[in-house]
Amino acid sequence: MWKDQKEFDCIVVGGGPAGSTFARIAALGGLSVLLLEKDRDIGMPVRCGEAISDAGIRLFVDPDPRWLASTIDRIRLIAPDDTEIEFDMLEKGYILDRRIFDYDLAQYAANEGAIIVTKAYVDGLIIDNDNVVGVTGTHIGDRFDIRAKIIVGADGVESRVGRWAGLKTVLKLKDIESGIQKTVTGIKCQENMFDFYISRKRAPGGYLWVFPKGKNKANIGLGISGYFAKDGKSSRKYLDEFLEEKYPQASVLTTVVGGIPVAKTVKQLVGDGIMLVGDAAHACNPLTGGGITPGMRSGLLAAEAAVKALHNGGPTKKNLQTYEKSWHKIGGKNHERYYRIKESLYKLDDIDFNTIAHAVASIPEDSRTLMKLFSAAVRKKPSLIFDVARVFAGV
Amino acid sequence: MIEIADNKCDFCGCCVGVCPVDCIEVKEADIMIDHDICIDCDLCVYVCPIDVLSQIDKKNSHTIAA
Repeated sequence: MWKDQKEFDCIVVGGGPAGSTFARIAALGGLSVLLLEKDRDIGMPVRCGEAISDAGIRLFVDPDPRWLASTIDRIRLIAPDDTEIEFDMLEKGYILDRRIFDYDLAQYAANEGAIIVTKAYVDGLIIDNDNVVGVTGTHIGDRFDIRAKIIVGADGVESRVGRWAGLKTVLKLKDIESGIQKTVTGIKCQENMFDFYISRKRAPGGYLWVFPKGKNKANIGLGISGYFAKDGKSSRKYLDEFLEEKYPQASVLTTVVGGIPVAKTVKQLVGDGIMLVGDAAHACNPLTGGGITPGMRSGLLAAEAAVKALHNGGPTKKNLQTYEKSWHKIGGKNHERYYRIKESLYKLDDIDFNTIAHAVASIPEDSRTLMKLFSAAVRKKPSLIFDVARVFAGV
Repeated sequence: MIEIADNKCDFCGCCVGVCPVDCIEVKEADIMIDHDICIDCDLCVYVCPIDVLSQIDKKNSHTIAA
């Protein structure tokens, strides 16, 4: 019984894609791993738009057809005045069924020897001489305390594991999106197309998405920046208004809400005996809000560092910092770029978005190269060039 | 004081992510605020996607920069 085991190599708090990927790779590397999930089920509730690129998912697993609700190869951007810009995606993407996907990822970890426990809520860390050495919590009402050499915070946007260990994970208002999504049916949608509505009136500081899950079903959701949420109109009100306007006939199958970290990655991802992965590490892409691929990447890199540290010298902050270094080397620079683009998009209002959309829409689709779209946008909004130049100059 | 509306919360933890003093606890189907620690900064009220939280009696005057 897991509660009786004296010590694990790793305890992972949270059973999403980041936590399960960590558990799988760490177990594969010969470590004893306990994964604690607070909810009754792995993969539920699904607090996610469920979009992922083919290349992204293939970095970690071969996509199982059971996970794929639809395959997407086209994007439509919709301006505040409903001007539409369509283009083919450079690579295809999918809308996942994360209830099945997350479940399978946890099973993969279990197949490698990790122990998965649900309904296990962690409420504190055991700290000994400034080293994190275990967790305390409740499992279906019974208290437990278990020790491990490394505690992994994979506990999402609401992460407290990092805070308890002294890592700075609190999100500023401008670095969180307040999100809501309804999975609706009884509508008509184009099965192979992502729709993104970009406008302040529909989703200030974020965007609204329609991700089809077949011909008659879609995830329709939005995120608004915490910064704009201060104005007192909640995400739910924005989404209800949109559904009333565009899909009044929709029947709602599921409603989920949640926060999306659109921040720089947490500066210190590790400490003595502690690591952060996924949304808890703010690994999520700060421009798109996409968190599955970066979450899995952080889980993988953290697990590789954990295996190495435990085989050579122990779980000291210094040894675990291999993870910080590999994270910044592989995705860090792009993450910072996306963050800066997000910051400059904040400044644009609906008149800017419309003007840019009109300019871009006037370019015939077959000659819409990125450079042409960009120069059309810049002609309409010259200040963009400074923002974008800053992004690529890294200042 | 922050008030939690009855039967409204979805337990997403958005509020926990922005709370600067870690006074909110969200479990599988339970939310609690430690009012002794809360500084009435209202960030949780702003980010809640479905208007679960509201400020009913502001005792502290802390403001937190966005």
